[in-house]
Amino acid sequence: MATLKVGLVSPEREVWSGEAKMVVAQTIEGELGILPGHAPVLGVLLDGSVVKIQPAEDGEWVTAMVGSGFFSIANDEVSILAEQAELGAEVNVAEARKALEEARAAGQADATAERRARARLRAAGQDA
Amino acid sequence: MAAQLRQLRQRIRSVKSTAKITRAQEMIATSRIVKAQQAVEASKPYADQITRALSALISHHVGIKHPLLTEQPEDKRSAVLVITSDRGFAGGYNANVIREAESLITALREQGREPVPYVIGNKGITWYRFRNREMAAEWRGISDRPDFASAERVGRRLTEDFLKSDAEGGVGEIHVVYTEFVSMLTQRAQVRRLLPVEVVESTEPDVVPPAYDFEPSPEAALDLLLPNYIESRIYHMLLQSAASYHASVRRAMKSATDNANELLGVYTRQMNQARQAAITQEISEIVGGAEALADSGGE
Repeated sequence: MATLKVGLVSPEREVWSGEAKMVVAQTIEGELGILPGHAPVLGVLLDGSVVKIQPAEDGEWVTAMVGSGFFSIANDEVSILAEQAELGAEVNVAEARKALEEARAAGQADATAERRARARLRAAGQDA
Repeated sequence: MAAQLRQLRQRIRSVKSTAKITRAQEMIATSRIVKAQQAVEASKPYADQITRALSALISHHVGIKHPLLTEQPEDKRSAVLVITSDRGFAGGYNANVIREAESLITALREQGREPVPYVIGNKGITWYRFRNREMAAEWRGISDRPDFASAERVGRRLTEDFLKSDAEGGVGEIHVVYTEFVSMLTQRAQVRRLLPVEVVESTEPDVVPPAYDFEPSPEAALDLLLPNYIESRIYHMLLQSAASYHASVRRAMKSATDNANELLGVYTRQMNQARQAAITQEISEIVGGAEALADSGGE
């Protein structure tokens, strides 16, 4: 079966890369599932959303929080570029909860920070 | 004689401790260069990808309008972002950057533009302060080990000012003066124009970017891509400057250690000479005394 070559990169490092069966990303307009053979797309990610990657070898989904960024799909290569990116497995849950509390306390003015904090928790598999 | 000997001993002690300090600084700098280079490497995938995406977008939509892409001939103010370090001990590193910035500023003045400095790093800030030059913005504490968040902060401020007109204190173009890390031995002060954006075409031949669909629209994608591209450029320049800074520190500290060691050799020789002279003098005094005694006592 054809696979996707996926790279999730932030300016500071390559967060995840490898072969995958499927990628799910969230744009401003809604969720987008990407399978091999997808038409070329360049899309804007929703700031503070979760990207899910199903690696080719084992079925465990990899989740990651992404901030401001975009993704491009071309010839079964998916690159996800986000200024903030963090794997769910690396999220410090307690810290993310605290960030969420702070963002909530700051009120409506900081909607992005709240969304990012929620995304971090969701990527870590927590309720938010 | 004895006073000179003591003085030389003292001097040797002080040179030795200086050499120890500069040697330690040299070793710290060496380990930081490695880290800085790793950071440069780690930032490459992102920078490459974003450049590729942006050139794909622009080449497919020739004539697409975006404020960050358009020249603003009516705005006469030009921002000059000068990247210096917070600390010295780096030989000519900061002097080179500032000299390059000054010649850029002179060139801009000759073109009838009004240059406005934006300065990163303590050394640059104090240089401009001392000369009572006005700075539009100054940042400290990011040049040693730059992180992306700082690059984002600088980038935001610059794009904001770019989008404003002259009357509101904005600028019409943005130049950056930074130091490129060519190799361990060579670092070069460079001037680049950051805004309006000139996207560097990919150098690989025959690579036609795929015909992308844009989600939600090309304009929205450009709105996001351009600021992120600029921030990634600034981040790249900050990393390059940091690596160059550490390389300059290493070189400066290495020559300081070498000089100290050379001085140590000179002083040691002088001290030995002085000691020998003292001994010789003492012997001749004893011999002279004994002879005088023998002459007078024999009678």
